[in-house]
Amino acid sequence: MSLVGRHLEENGIATVVMGSARDVVEECGVARFVFTDFPLGNPCGRPRDAAMQAAILGMALDLLERAWMPRTTLQTPFRWESDSWREAFMRVDEGNRAALARAGEERRRRQAEAKAIE
Amino acid sequence: MDRTLTHRSFVSYIDRSREYYAAQGYEKPYAWAHHDAVPFAPLPKPLAACRIGLVTTAARTQRTDLIGAPLMLRELYAQTADPPPARLYTDGLFWDKEATHTDDVDSFLPVNRLAEFAAAGRIGSAARRFYGVPTDYSQGRTREKAAPQVLAWCREDGIDAVLLAGL
Repeated sequence: MSLVGRHLEENGIATVVMGSARDVVEECGVARFVFTDFPLGNPCGRPRDAAMQAAILGMALDLLERAWMPRTTLQTPFRWESDSWREAFMRVDEGNRAALARAGEERRRRQAEAKAIE
Repeated sequence: MDRTLTHRSFVSYIDRSREYYAAQGYEKPYAWAHHDAVPFAPLPKPLAACRIGLVTTAARTQRTDLIGAPLMLRELYAQTADPPPARLYTDGLFWDKEATHTDDVDSFLPVNRLAEFAAAGRIGSAARRFYGVPTDYSQGRTREKAAPQVLAWCREDGIDAVLLAGL
């Protein structure tokens, strides 16, 4: 998504990336970025919360008007109800390490089978 | 000061996904895009005169695979924003399916909210179509196919500025 935004900017179209994966967007490097520190999936506001969605969209529009240089990141003030998702997402620990290794093997086996069918 | 930290508070998805896939036995980590130089286009006219477009990573169609699991169709598309989509498909994308859901399109593609801003006069207009660019792990395909296609659609639709929201 950031790569598409960069291409538009190179061709004269102003853009704002709205997202929750701060490191991915900032490493890629975009003109304007509205960052909401939520679990991935709702970068434009909590589901069914039209007021929050309008506030975040309003901040993206503000950034279009006011940013004067690239890599401008604006972090919205919203917080998720709890912080448990931060540790839980894609967690690797001693409790699931063996299961993850098995899941990877299974996935590779199925992909190899699918390739053989092709 | 609210508290002290030994690690940054926001999640690093580059670190997290590398460790997760390594634990699954994928030894070669994904190489993320990094640029030192960043292009910047100023807004060409007052926002209240601008036509604003939207881009999403969600798909518009979904089919089922051989064992009946949902599989979103990874195609580039342009779809009418009015009427807005009642739902879009996100099952094949990288997002936190434990913590939240994507049943409300405006939580990841603010198509209704943008129409409200247009009606209120904050922007000139919302583009008649929004564009779908389901995430492609090939940066080459994104650069060479998706990005030029979105640019062409933006020009067809007379768009001045674009909001891109990735899941």
